[in-house]
Formats: sequence, structure tokens, C-alpha cells
Amino acid sequence: MNLNNVFGIYANAMNLRTHRAEVLATNIANAETPNYLARDFDFGSALEGAMEDRSGMITTQANHIQGGDEGLMGQDLMYRLPEQPSIDGNTVDLQTERAEFTKNAMQYQASVRFLNGKVSGLLSAIRGE
Amino acid sequence: MSLLNVFNISGTAMSAQSVRLNVTASNMANADAISSSIDKTYKARQPVFQTILNDFNFGDSGTVGGVRVAGIVESQVPASKEYQPGNPLADEEGYIYRPNVNIIEEMANMIAASRNYQTNVEMVNASKKMLTETLGIGRG
Repeated sequence: MNLNNVFGIYANAMNLRTHRAEVLATNIANAETPNYLARDFDFGSALEGAMEDRSGMITTQANHIQGGDEGLMGQDLMYRLPEQPSIDGNTVDLQTERAEFTKNAMQYQASVRFLNGKVSGLLSAIRGE
Repeated sequence: MSLLNVFNISGTAMSAQSVRLNVTASNMANADAISSSIDKTYKARQPVFQTILNDFNFGDSGTVGGVRVAGIVESQVPASKEYQPGNPLADEEGYIYRPNVNIIEEMANMIAASRNYQTNVEMVNASKKMLTETLGIGRG
């Protein structure tokens, strides 16, 4: 049994959630920076990419280049479509960003709970309870 | 642990906003500081924010980072001239000069800065909660 398979999607999901938290925190930090464009990424497709890329690149020769872990953090940051662009060129909508951040934090906590469930399942299997 | 980066990012925003609050306080404190020459009159200042892109690099996909104060600029609005011959600070022609501080603008600025500061504090608190929860994985 491979531990990676047990934790499955949650490890990748949590990594991506923390990365998204950073991106959203950057947006909020720059809420009043002139010409700053709010950014975000599509969580669903990023997670799909991360799951596919887990095996990495297969090398059959010593001088083959090792594939990087592009799948996880290599996803493209996209620019948010502004709803109320301001005259200084800033496209951060503080309300949207805060809502997204809170949503992201809740989903992160959900992943943590699921992972906790897996761990306690394993623990009770080990103890034979 | 990349969640700790949120602390850094929000921290830079908090310090940038506190610089802005300081500048606003300075403007308001000097709003009535009259003088006898146009060169010595206080000029309203405003910080200019800029994104920091070098510190937190995540490959070539794009960068995330905090904010910093790129500089503080002085307002170019001319100081207002007032005829007050009785004032001890009046020049030979009897004029005094008032700073170009707009109190209403400064009040709005102050509220915006403090709200922004609060938002970033909340951001730090939310990340702290996320981290604490993560530390508890496997405790049963």
C-alpha cells in the first residue's frame, strides 16, 4: 500500500489551496496599488494537471533531463475580469477577493478534515480496534 | 510551508498602509501651519504604492508578492494666499500662505488606509487558523 494513494487528491489539493491563498493575499495586499491587475487561477484544471503530473517524466538514459514538478505550481495565473475598474488602473475588487479567500480557506479546512479522517482510519487499522 | 508567505505578503501591506496613515497624520497635523513665504509652506504628501515581484517567485508561471511604498510625492497644488496684514507671520505685502492640504481628502484617505490595514490583519488571522488546523493533522 502506497501512502500517496491513501492521501490521494488531498495532498495536491492542499498544496494548490495554499498557493491560491497566496495569490489572493497578493491581490488584497495590492488593493490600492496603481496599475496592479488582480490575478487568480482555475483551481479545477490546476488540480487535474497536478494529478496527471505526479508520476513525473520517465528517464531511460543518465543524461536525460529530469522533468520538473511543473504541474503543481506551473499553472498559469490569469487576470481577473474587472467589474468596476478604477481610474488608476487597479482591478482589485476587495469584496470579491475577500469572499474568494474565505471560500478557499474553508475548502482548505475541508481537505484537512478529510485527511484527518484518513489518518484516524489508518490509525484504527494499525491498532486493530 | 507556503502558507507562511501569506504572513509576509499581508505584513508588507500592513506596513505600507501604516506609512500611508503616518503621512495622512502628518498632512492633517500641518493643515493649518501657515507661513510667510510660498516656498516654506507645507505641501501635502501622498505615498505611492508598488508591487514587490522579486521576493516570492513560483517558477515562470507568474509571481506573487507584497506591496511597498515606492516613494512619497508632494502635491503640486499651489498654496493658497490669504490677505491677513495683522498676522505676525504675514510678509511685507500682508499675505500669509496656507498649506495645500485638503482635510476631506485626508479623512477619506485615513479611513481607506485603516480599513485596508484591518483587512490584512484578518488575512493573517485566517491563515493562522488554516496553519493551526494543518498542524493538528493526525492528532486523532
